[in-house]
Amino acid sequence: MVEYTGTGAPVVDAQHLDAGYLPGINILNDCSLQAYPGELIGIIGPNGAGKSTLLKSLFGLVPIRGGSVTLNGEDITNQKANKLVQAGVGFVPQSDNVFPSLTIEENLQMGLFLRPAKLAERLEAIYDLFPVLQQRRAQRAGGLSGGERQSVAMARALMMEPSVLLLDEPSAGLSPVRQDETFIRTRKINRTGVTVIMVEQNARRCLQICDRGYVLDQGRNSYTGTGRELADDPKVIELYLGTLAKDVEELTDGPLPA
Amino acid sequence: MDFLATLFTDFGAQILSTVTAAFAIAAIGLNLHFGYTGLLNIGQAGFMLLGAYGFAITIRFGGPFWLGVLVAIVAAVIFALILGLPTLKLRGYYLAIVTIAAAEILRIVGGNQSLGPVTGGVAGIGNQVYSPAFTALSPFPQDGSFSLGPYTYPLTVGDSWYLRIVSWIVLALVAVLVLLLMRSPWGRTIRGIREDEDAVRSLGKNVYLYKMQALILGGVIGALGGMLFVLGTSVQPDSLGRSTTFLLYTIVLLGGAATVFGPVLGAVLYFMVIIGLQDVVGQFVPPEIMSQQQVPQFGYIVVGIGLMLLVIFRPQGILGNKKELSFGD
Amino acid sequence: MLVAALGVLSGLLLPALPAQASSSPTPSASSSAAAGDSSAIRATATCAQTDTTACVAGTLRDADTNPVRGATVTLAAGGTPVATKTSAEGTFSFTVTAAGRYTLSLDESTLPEGLTPGNGTERTITARLGALSPAGFALEGAQQGGETDPEATPQGDTSAFGRFWNQVSLGLLLGLLLALGAIGLSLVYGTTGLSNFAHAEQVTLGGFLGYVFAVQLGVPFVLAGVIVIVLCALTGTVQDRLIWQPLRRRGLGLTQLMVVTIGLQLALQYVYQFIFGGGVRPVSRTIQANTGPLNITPNAYIAMAISVVVLIGVGLLLQRTRIGRATRAVADNRPLAAASGIDVDRIIRLVWTIAAGLAGLAGLLYALVYGGIAWNTGAELLLLLFPAVTLGGFGTAFGALVGSLVIGLVTQLSSLVLTAQLRYASALLILIVVLIFRPQGILGRRSRVG
Repeated sequence: MVEYTGTGAPVVDAQHLDAGYLPGINILNDCSLQAYPGELIGIIGPNGAGKSTLLKSLFGLVPIRGGSVTLNGEDITNQKANKLVQAGVGFVPQSDNVFPSLTIEENLQMGLFLRPAKLAERLEAIYDLFPVLQQRRAQRAGGLSGGERQSVAMARALMMEPSVLLLDEPSAGLSPVRQDETFIRTRKINRTGVTVIMVEQNARRCLQICDRGYVLDQGRNSYTGTGRELADDPKVIELYLGTLAKDVEELTDGPLPA
Repeated sequence: MDFLATLFTDFGAQILSTVTAAFAIAAIGLNLHFGYTGLLNIGQAGFMLLGAYGFAITIRFGGPFWLGVLVAIVAAVIFALILGLPTLKLRGYYLAIVTIAAAEILRIVGGNQSLGPVTGGVAGIGNQVYSPAFTALSPFPQDGSFSLGPYTYPLTVGDSWYLRIVSWIVLALVAVLVLLLMRSPWGRTIRGIREDEDAVRSLGKNVYLYKMQALILGGVIGALGGMLFVLGTSVQPDSLGRSTTFLLYTIVLLGGAATVFGPVLGAVLYFMVIIGLQDVVGQFVPPEIMSQQQVPQFGYIVVGIGLMLLVIFRPQGILGNKKELSFGD
Repeated sequence: MLVAALGVLSGLLLPALPAQASSSPTPSASSSAAAGDSSAIRATATCAQTDTTACVAGTLRDADTNPVRGATVTLAAGGTPVATKTSAEGTFSFTVTAAGRYTLSLDESTLPEGLTPGNGTERTITARLGALSPAGFALEGAQQGGETDPEATPQGDTSAFGRFWNQVSLGLLLGLLLALGAIGLSLVYGTTGLSNFAHAEQVTLGGFLGYVFAVQLGVPFVLAGVIVIVLCALTGTVQDRLIWQPLRRRGLGLTQLMVVTIGLQLALQYVYQFIFGGGVRPVSRTIQANTGPLNITPNAYIAMAISVVVLIGVGLLLQRTRIGRATRAVADNRPLAAASGIDVDRIIRLVWTIAAGLAGLAGLLYALVYGGIAWNTGAELLLLLFPAVTLGGFGTAFGALVGSLVIGLVTQLSSLVLTAQLRYASALLILIVVLIFRPQGILGRRSRVG
């Protein structure tokens, strides 16, 4: 296992988390994660490994029963979501990530609920990043396509200028082209200095863009390393990335079925 | 000591009474809806009233006793179909709102003066109209009374042993029916619907049909309870309104939802509380603080608060199983 | 002696009328009451004497003490006599606004076969303000068959269009008052998912608090109104703090919560009856004549104006303000609202406060317009509020307004062809029809139905 030592203190430091939805049933068991300033962290793993649970527990949406989370050294374990937003954490859920009966602009306004005075300034900045949203600002979010909703959702989370952005499977349900756009945009946002922690089903693409990845299995982290290291690790390939390419090679090398 | 003796005598009288049995029966019907199937029927009093009307009006216009019973049952079936058809495919509270609305329509229409010649309007139908058809079937002598300990009632006529015995036999039969049903595949299916409708659907079962069957059966049981209730009292639309339905909920939740004997225990306990309240207030509370007329009102306040506390702190009631909670969303 | 028991009526008998519905003032009862123009005598279904009114009431019974219904009884004090027919229970009742001597007469020709007046057909009654004057006639003989004309109340003699127009205006009035209650019910549902069966008890509370402050304590009406609304709003705040928020935290399911509201409804309703008794309690002592294009009382115009202003205010609040948008956001998607930094608990607390305040206002205005409030007024109104909210689409404020107006108009217009009590039935019938064909309501979205 590769131990990463980043520069300075971690922005987010989750230590030995136990967490779960139902009483007595933990989905996370002794799970730890650190994100250093400016990093793009990817969390991958098989279905049911607890990836989304880990992300949600960081954001106070799943009760943490053991361990602690700190944000820039301050304890934020089980902190209420609206307090975390105030402290500079943004969260984009995987589904149901817009307010359908509100217009796009109202959605964005809700993102800046805690700092209404900066609305005009932030709207301008966000419309620079997502020009298409400006054209359709008066449209209800309920009528948008999946990709457009994803844009609105991310834009909403960015309204507060978070220092840490948590993304839950941003590419889910999108076409490959839109997926790529999403990853590129995520990287762009990250380059502006935002620490990003994303959960991804699409492990291969995720590891290509992230600085560092965590591989989760049954509620524990089993591997940590840079994106490239993990992408090349035979065990990770075997278990999580799949061996489709190799299998197909083997098939084509051998005699084709009649 | 006199007070305690009176109290316990009153308890006994109330437990034996037809009203207790009738409410226990109606509560069993509601339990079939709410407890076992998860249907939020807030119009069970409507089924009771319909049973009472169907029975009393048939006899009023010269029909024989058994035709009256049949009409009551058929009326409950039709009522259940009307309620269920539009709502059983929607979320639970639609059934709730429609059932309470339909039960109120029945009460209001039944109490309307223009229907006086049929329903008797607000005044209703006195039981001298339909009771003779019932007492004529009594195996006991028409005259005379019988004493058992402190309890003396006529054998056949009026508030009689005959009526009490019939009520408790019907209650026993209904309880056994539900017991057997719940052990059958049908019972397992409707409980499955309460737990996870989609899972049952994925097994290829027609959830809608099962829900409808449960609604009809529980409604018919409610109609039976209504019939017995008015044999002991009289048909009065306003005595079978919303408050009655809410009371039935309290009875079911007190005894234990999704249990066979919970509603019976709940009914007995409920009426003991009310009688106890009446006796205690009559004996110890000066009328300036609470008059006898205010006791029933106070009783309803107790029922309302009791219902809240039960749902919050002990939703499984006395006999229920915490793991088999009857509350889905 | 064959002289029949005379109609005895003590003040006790009136509040003890058996019907759950009959002791509640209903819009139509007041419409017929208000229709008695400026005359000081009005025939009323029940009689609530206040400091500025008196009651003349009694029960007509035959020798077997069976009630005599359908007999015409007339009350006069020099001016135009006012007539009424005895009800199914044999009762009649007049409300008068001036103390003094009145002549009560019985129309012998309207008595059922076999009955004759035992002691003349005229009585002189002395009415005192704030008091009930029992009155009656001794009758000889017993009724044969006992079936008489069930139509108890005579109809007004206005033209067909006049009656139609009058019902339209009464429908708008009722619809606007309902909307004040329905919007709160709908907002609570929208933000918390709770169908609050106790919501209409908040309406009753507004009426009773109005009675306590404006009538019992004699606070000027406008000031009393402000106090009542503030107190009602506070009950919403406190209720959420003490009951609903803790239950949400406990993770109680929506069905469970709904049953809790049913228990609360039952308890509150009987608490009111326990404290205020079975009678109708007024919030104002003035009796007004109908006037203006809508042919309703000045108070009714004021109530409509207040409702419209408040409803527009609520609409603007929801559409245009940051808090209003946040409320809609919470209704749309609670977890996401929390993830956006909105304090969801605070918004819900605010919604409960506004809902209870609006309901209190509705109750106060209702009592002002319809002559008073009774312990079961709210329970009756709930039967109109749920159809209104469902009709408009659960969880949408604008839908609640539209639904309320439709229900108000339908119930009032249906009384052109149906008797008063059946109006509720027609509203409920609409509800069932709507659920069959368009369960999401007129303005609701399909996705809410599920």
